[in-house]
Amino acid sequence: MTTTDYAPKPGAAPVGRMLLAQTAFETRMLLRNGEQLLLTVVIPTVLLVLFSAVDIVAVEGPGKRVDFLAPGLLALAVMSTAFTGQAIATGFERRYGVLKRLGASPLPRWTLLTAKTGCVLVTEALQVALLSVIALALGWSPHGNPLAVVALLVLGTAAFSGLGLLMAGTLKAEATLAAANLVFILLLLAGGVVVPLGKFPDAVRSVLELLPISALSDGLRSVLQTGAGVPWADLGILAGWSVLGLAAAARFFRWE
Amino acid sequence: MHSEPAVQIAGLVKRYGDKPAVDGLDLTIARGAITAVLGPNGAGKTTTIETCEGYRRPDAGTVRVLGLDPVTQSAALRPRIGVMLQSGGVYAGARAVEMLRHTARLHAHPLDVDALVERLGLGSCGRTTYRRLSGGQQQRLALAMAVVGRPELVFLDEPTAGLDPQARRATWELVRDLRRDGVTVVVTTHHMDEAEQLADRVAVVDRGKVIADGTTEELCRGGAESSLRFDGPPGLDLAALLKELPEGATAVETAPGSYRVEAAVDPRLLATVTGWCAAVGVLPERLSVQRRSLEDVFLDLTGRELRS
Repeated sequence: MTTTDYAPKPGAAPVGRMLLAQTAFETRMLLRNGEQLLLTVVIPTVLLVLFSAVDIVAVEGPGKRVDFLAPGLLALAVMSTAFTGQAIATGFERRYGVLKRLGASPLPRWTLLTAKTGCVLVTEALQVALLSVIALALGWSPHGNPLAVVALLVLGTAAFSGLGLLMAGTLKAEATLAAANLVFILLLLAGGVVVPLGKFPDAVRSVLELLPISALSDGLRSVLQTGAGVPWADLGILAGWSVLGLAAAARFFRWE
Repeated sequence: MHSEPAVQIAGLVKRYGDKPAVDGLDLTIARGAITAVLGPNGAGKTTTIETCEGYRRPDAGTVRVLGLDPVTQSAALRPRIGVMLQSGGVYAGARAVEMLRHTARLHAHPLDVDALVERLGLGSCGRTTYRRLSGGQQQRLALAMAVVGRPELVFLDEPTAGLDPQARRATWELVRDLRRDGVTVVVTTHHMDEAEQLADRVAVVDRGKVIADGTTEELCRGGAESSLRFDGPPGLDLAALLKELPEGATAVETAPGSYRVEAAVDPRLLATVTGWCAAVGVLPERLSVQRRSLEDVFLDLTGRELRS
């Protein structure tokens, strides 16, 4: 057996190294979690393939069914990772004292939050790649300005992250699990992901249009399906949710 | 090297609601030693330690750890301390070795992870994720995470709770090695034997205050040096026994049928007590001679058993 020298030699690792390590570790934990993969990979993929192939929902706009569906499911992918997945994972990290223990490590809090964002972005990149390949195989022909698409995805991520962290940092882990899944289902049905908002009565519709998922799916659809210019109104709604959500999370998040 | 103490707490008050968990606690912890914070459950041990770790903001009083304020100077303090929480602190889906390796990456000069894994027997955890590890394995992982960053000061909150005797001794050995190499260790416990065997100094905490503080020898020196205990029928006439004992001795029935004689116990005293028992026709059962223990100190100070 080797003898270890425990003589003190304390010090934090360089912050860049901590950030990289934490991002890689969180991503590894996420990709190992079966329920998370169901949420982030299986559900959007199945919905994309199923609704493209079968005439269950009435789609709107030009092009094939997949041209309507692909933007909505990209929006769903962002919500599943940035909101539902992040809320549930963070809620249980809080419950099991992971956030507390990291709070006594050299890792600064902002680095932890940045790492979480990095983990979400890496996962989303994998989701977007996967969904795009499947959609293209189904005959998808995307239009529009790629930068507008990126802007929508980034602001959508910020909006959903703020709301997800707000939920994870204030509710009990079990309540977060239930609420995050419930919100996911409700917004999937009522956020223009697969069911066009035009199917709802006007009064309901004008409220639903203000939801972050509606703004994201509508914005992505207007660019990718019809090739429209930058969807400023949708970007504005997402920016508003981002500010509200992140500010409330910063104010109310409890680490224990 | 450092004359400044590792931890300095003065007049610490911490309330949860209007109930004080810590109520005017004073404690100074020297560097390079093992200090046990001993007390019953709910005495305020964990609140005190967590205030030192920067988790709790004092309602009153001052806390300095390595000369720093744990709340306002947390960024400077955190790399220098190692923390083992009472429970949890690990991702549910993480494997033991990868979690330890990750913790090591957050530090500039971590210990060799493989050697630590071997030392604490964590290699056998294999691919098992944290939530499926045994309680003992979870404790050992948390201990390893507390020391892997080569801290100057380690806080261990009930590190041997729920461990079997063998794992307990392994933990004690590691703690002694830390002291050997100059690490200051603060350990909370409600086990007297742990405090007696492991610690250089013991701070006895009760109801949010330190009620005694010193080396085990210092704490046990006050009062009678030792005691003689035996069981017999309840209600023996101890006044008659006392007449035969030397000046200053005491004899009490601590519970019906359990007797304790406090005096300078020597062979003559033992013969006196057993002689008296023979005269009254009592067979003393479970007769034992004991040095005064921390248990007795606690009982004397509070009138209560430590583990009640």
